[in-house]
Amino acid sequence: MTDLTRLSAARLAELLAAGEASSVEATRAHLDRIAAVDGDVHAYLHVSDEVALATAADVDARRAAGEELHPLAGVPIAVKDVVVTKGTPSTAGSKILEGWIPPYDATLVEKIRAAGLPILGKTNMDEFAMGSSTEHSAYGNTHNPWDLERIPGGSGGGSAAAVAAFEAPLAIGTDTGGSIRQPGAVTGTVGVKPTYGGVSRYGLIAMASSLDQAGPVTRTVLDSALLHELIGGHDPRDSTSIPEPLPPIVAAAREGALGDLSGLRVGVVTQLQGEGYQAGVLARFHESLELLTKAGAEIVEVSCPSFEYALAAYYLIMPSEASSNLAKFDGMRFGLRVEPEEGPVTAERVMAATRGAGFGDEVKRRVILGTYALSAGYYDAYYGSAQKVRTLIQRDFDAAFAAADVLVSPTAPTTAFRFGEKLDDPLAMYLNDVATIPANLAGVPGISVPNGLATSDDGAALPTGFQILAPAKADDRLYRVGAALESALESSWGAPLLARAPELG
Amino acid sequence: MSTISRDEVARVAALARIDLSPEEVDRFAGELDVIVESIARVREVATPDVPATSHPLPMTNVFREDVPTPALPVADVLAAAPDAEDGRFAVPQILGEE
Repeated sequence: MTDLTRLSAARLAELLAAGEASSVEATRAHLDRIAAVDGDVHAYLHVSDEVALATAADVDARRAAGEELHPLAGVPIAVKDVVVTKGTPSTAGSKILEGWIPPYDATLVEKIRAAGLPILGKTNMDEFAMGSSTEHSAYGNTHNPWDLERIPGGSGGGSAAAVAAFEAPLAIGTDTGGSIRQPGAVTGTVGVKPTYGGVSRYGLIAMASSLDQAGPVTRTVLDSALLHELIGGHDPRDSTSIPEPLPPIVAAAREGALGDLSGLRVGVVTQLQGEGYQAGVLARFHESLELLTKAGAEIVEVSCPSFEYALAAYYLIMPSEASSNLAKFDGMRFGLRVEPEEGPVTAERVMAATRGAGFGDEVKRRVILGTYALSAGYYDAYYGSAQKVRTLIQRDFDAAFAAADVLVSPTAPTTAFRFGEKLDDPLAMYLNDVATIPANLAGVPGISVPNGLATSDDGAALPTGFQILAPAKADDRLYRVGAALESALESSWGAPLLARAPELG
Repeated sequence: MSTISRDEVARVAALARIDLSPEEVDRFAGELDVIVESIARVREVATPDVPATSHPLPMTNVFREDVPTPALPVADVLAAAPDAEDGRFAVPQILGEE
């Protein structure tokens, strides 16, 4: 019998629709897989067996009754723990929310439930999405399925590892500076950051509101398109949500898979290669460019000089917005409350004691950075100056997209590193996101597609990712080019990249 | 050499309402230089003639229909609170004695 955990979501959906497998079987197969391997991988913070199986049974019954169902109905999914789920714990990887059960669903979760996808559980992440390795989770590291001694990327390392380890065919991630795409690159999976405003942020525990965006985490480009189409679209509860229909992303993925990119101009960004990028990462990148050329695309070089200032601008904007968003964790209305050990028990002193005890190191660091940047006298010079860099980066994108239809780069400068390697050096950790941050600052969409294995500095063969960026609201281009590259790569390999990952359990 | 002093870290931590141990204050004083370096870098190009961008896709006057929608059930919300009394959040003393 087919192992239902090894199929793409699209293929599993076909089997379900044809009655060749049931959603209960598919959900149980994934729950069994989680039980078998998640002790090693630790992708999940919470597994909701009963709720998932109840959803699956309901979908099977409705299908048997001849009801018209969503194409992904019955296909199980994992949700990053930064997204609130009614009745299921949502901690955002923080002790300050340990045991918190949200009284409502995020809009994207409402859509997932309405379409009948069983939610397997909540995935691990860096606390409040602050990190690039999941080492900042208050609940322990997630391990990379390719090598359990290495990081799975972050902040959405749990979602990427769950999909890479066949513990879910689909997962939800969020991306503020690369938290969907960079984990995708280092785990050999696909991750998409949609255009800012393309997927509702209602019910996401916010880090940096002008940068955060939720998106799909999957094993194939088509699966990402199917999930993106389900969760995307206008939401009146998010005033930054784009009040227009999504572009035809699923059709673009299917068309791209046919492999013809004739007439497409692909821009290689000068600033996103070279120094700091591993030799193997660059070698895979250039091979992928050759495949795009063979498919008919024209490669052009584009320069985005302001990208060199993106990291600095990001590390002013992100902590500023985070310090404001995280002010709500004050021990008054939800989450942890800690009373001071001595002295009067006033609200103000309870807030400080609660936040001192409930926040981890990286969260404290960023909240203090942000509070400093926004404090009296500094606002214009700090946050204001960083916002000017955003304008310059947008102008660079505008100029680049006049010369090219999509822009490309390696997703992450290196393959997965070992736990602890960069933990004591925040700047080295931040450099993981050097290629992904410009898209967040400008709001443009990006995808990471697995494009091979590279030899790391210490001799291990590990996955690399190819990043494609498109103009705002042109997310369909990511899928067309991503699917074409995926199909060319898989023909050359004879199988998906993940077929080469070690067996777990 | 750290440009942000221990006293400055302690002052900002108080503004941010985070109790820090003396060891944490020492550590952060060393690490917060990243922001000073960032601002130096950004200032190289953030000249007066460049306008600021607050959101990637600017939208103004985003309205919804003026129709009441149901709020979350009070019991559900209070069930997740650290403390509740008489259908309300119960919080520590807010005003001082004097």
